[in-house]
Amino acid sequence: MSARPIATTRSAAGLPTGRLAVWWLIVSEIVIFGGLLGSYIMHRLAHDAFSEQAAHTNMWIGAFNTLVLLTSSLSAVLAHKAAVAGDGKRAFKLLWATIGGACTFLIVKSFEWTNEISHGFTITSSTFWSFYYTAAGLHALHVIAGAIIMMIVAADARKNLELHRVELIGIYWHFVDLVWIFLFPLLYIAK
Amino acid sequence: MTDSVHATEHTHVNYVKIWAILVVLLGVSVVGPMFGIKAVTLITAFGIAVVKAYLVAKNFMHINVEKPFVAYIVVTALVFMLLFFAGTAPDVMKKFGTNWEKPSWINPPAHASAPSHEGAHP
Repeated sequence: MSARPIATTRSAAGLPTGRLAVWWLIVSEIVIFGGLLGSYIMHRLAHDAFSEQAAHTNMWIGAFNTLVLLTSSLSAVLAHKAAVAGDGKRAFKLLWATIGGACTFLIVKSFEWTNEISHGFTITSSTFWSFYYTAAGLHALHVIAGAIIMMIVAADARKNLELHRVELIGIYWHFVDLVWIFLFPLLYIAK
Repeated sequence: MTDSVHATEHTHVNYVKIWAILVVLLGVSVVGPMFGIKAVTLITAFGIAVVKAYLVAKNFMHINVEKPFVAYIVVTALVFMLLFFAGTAPDVMKKFGTNWEKPSWINPPAHASAPSHEGAHP
């Protein structure tokens, strides 16, 4: 009996089961974030007061974090490319570069939130700030989860083990990037 | 499509070039609102967000070389999102309808501006 996991050996739907599972996860995430962002958009369009509150968010911080996530997506896809070439050590380094991007994003966000909360903008201040902290907070939780999973995948990749997982965590990470691509204009630009 | 073909097709992409395009688009979305024209802001913010999302999904997530049903289930999720929006937005965005009016405790300014209807909710 093989010791290899089903995610590696079975391909019932025409693609490896692990990758199929990641796509299903992403589809469920689209519904979660889509519902949240859809609710935000309808409230934003219905209430002009949202723009007054949104004026207090810092576009430059949002833009910097967008740059960080785009760059981390680049290192994630380059890690995937290294894994395809069988270079586990390079994939390991690039995955850690991506984790560095995740940490940078979270540090910047924590400073940003500290500043906003110290100015009295908390999750209960208004509907806008409720959406702001819920959407950005849920996204930050995904960043934390992705970074932790990436550490586990990187540890195996260093030993040239389970290299297919580099692509799987990469697809997830790009989705986290995608969500931020829409959060950035909604929360920081449309004022 | 076999997995080896899948791997081969997306190793030809110049990822650094795609990243550079994404950074330029980010720059445009930041500069757009500085003109102070609402239409330009909407196009540079949300139009470019859609273009950036397409570039990431195609070149980084490789959805274009994935089995077609993957794109189908993703599109299905997006359609459900639109259905959710279409089904709930009127209740949130409209202040009153033919036989109803939003209660004052939900939206006081709306109540003040809405015409009075007999039998409307308080």
